[in-house]
Amino acid sequence: MPRESATASKTVLSSFDQALKDLVKALRETFISPFGFVYIIIILLGLILTILRFTKGLAGVTNLSDYNAWGIWIGFDLLTGVALAAGGFVTSAAVYIFGYKKYHFAVRPAILTGFLGYALVIVALNYDVGRPWRMPYPFILQQGTTSVLFEVGACVVLYFLVLFMEFCPAALEWLGLKKLRKQLIKLTLVLTIFGVILSTLHQSSLGSLFLIAPSKLHPLWYSSYLPIFFFVSSVFAGFSIVIFESALSHRFFGDKMDEALQKGREDLALGFGKAASLVLAGYFAVKIFGISVDNHWHLLGTPYGIWFLVELLGFVALPCFLYAVGVRDRNLTIIKWAAICTVIGVMLNRLNISLIAFNWHLPSADRYFPHWMEIAISVFIVTLGIVAFRIIASMMPILHDHPDYND
Amino acid sequence: MEGIYYTLQDFFTYTKSVTYILIVVVLLAMVGFWRFLTDRDEN
Repeated sequence: MPRESATASKTVLSSFDQALKDLVKALRETFISPFGFVYIIIILLGLILTILRFTKGLAGVTNLSDYNAWGIWIGFDLLTGVALAAGGFVTSAAVYIFGYKKYHFAVRPAILTGFLGYALVIVALNYDVGRPWRMPYPFILQQGTTSVLFEVGACVVLYFLVLFMEFCPAALEWLGLKKLRKQLIKLTLVLTIFGVILSTLHQSSLGSLFLIAPSKLHPLWYSSYLPIFFFVSSVFAGFSIVIFESALSHRFFGDKMDEALQKGREDLALGFGKAASLVLAGYFAVKIFGISVDNHWHLLGTPYGIWFLVELLGFVALPCFLYAVGVRDRNLTIIKWAAICTVIGVMLNRLNISLIAFNWHLPSADRYFPHWMEIAISVFIVTLGIVAFRIIASMMPILHDHPDYND
Repeated sequence: MEGIYYTLQDFFTYTKSVTYILIVVVLLAMVGFWRFLTDRDEN
């Protein structure tokens, strides 16, 4: 018995040793590369700005004001980040709940993207809110559970934990911890169901945040159905980001992808493209109904109306049509461009609701435009995500199956 | 297209009637869109 446990310990230690070597190799590949210099510059600048933000306060690095309390850290990093991180729940729901097992190879990259996305959402929130040591306060000292923000916070934290547990099997395979990995794999279906419930809750609740300000949000974007709009748009955002991320991974990590992923890429793009096309069509229809119910047709001729039509026609109807054509003709290039268009559209929608069409009636002098430092910090946060994805995908079995685990 | 609506009831009667017509149009359009999307699936 002692010989067996000594052998097991040796196996675990050698796995850890190999894991460490993989980490060093991944760091070297990431930072000593054509983009490595760019990453280092952005990260160094981001760290300096972080020190400035937490020493000089919001006024030191932002153009936020009493009129515009939420800027791009909320509009882009939080709202867009959460929408685009929906790839995790749509992919795992498709595979484990709806039975599309043929897309199984896409689950781990999607879960990793979602996990890093939500992690960076929490990081970005800390920049905006400040006093990061007070993060647990909503759960122990709060004004009441009827706050939408409380529900968003609770769901984001819980979903982040779900994503962490869904991501752990890949990390445990890499570390050689077989028993723990086996226990976590058994929880997959429960975690997926819980993840879908939590995602439905918080994706829609982010839209609910704006229900309280009907006079501040332009009537073309304001609707009592904002929660529905946010949730539905997160679904096709999730499909699109998975297609986009699959194309990027093929371009930059083609050598790390296994045969299943290489062969399944086309099928994934076609399947998710078809689903995204249908959801986009439904979303477009619901937006039209929203204008009709409130009789806002006359607003479409105004400057904000033209901008609304740019968003609706250029970044909802157009990608819907492109996806349909791409799926019909089995043209991956068109599907990829439709995915990019959709991702930009979701970003545009979130920015329109939180920044551009928000406080639309205020004079120009009181409107908000982000300070360059705010933009730089957002770029820094996104770069952290890209670097983390690169490192993790390089060393862990994300884009390929681990040879020791065939289940 | 702006008329004068004296009550909320009048307003909703008008807007809902337009919306219901649009719903029927969209439902029919969806059938066509579905057929366009899945036309070449078996091929």
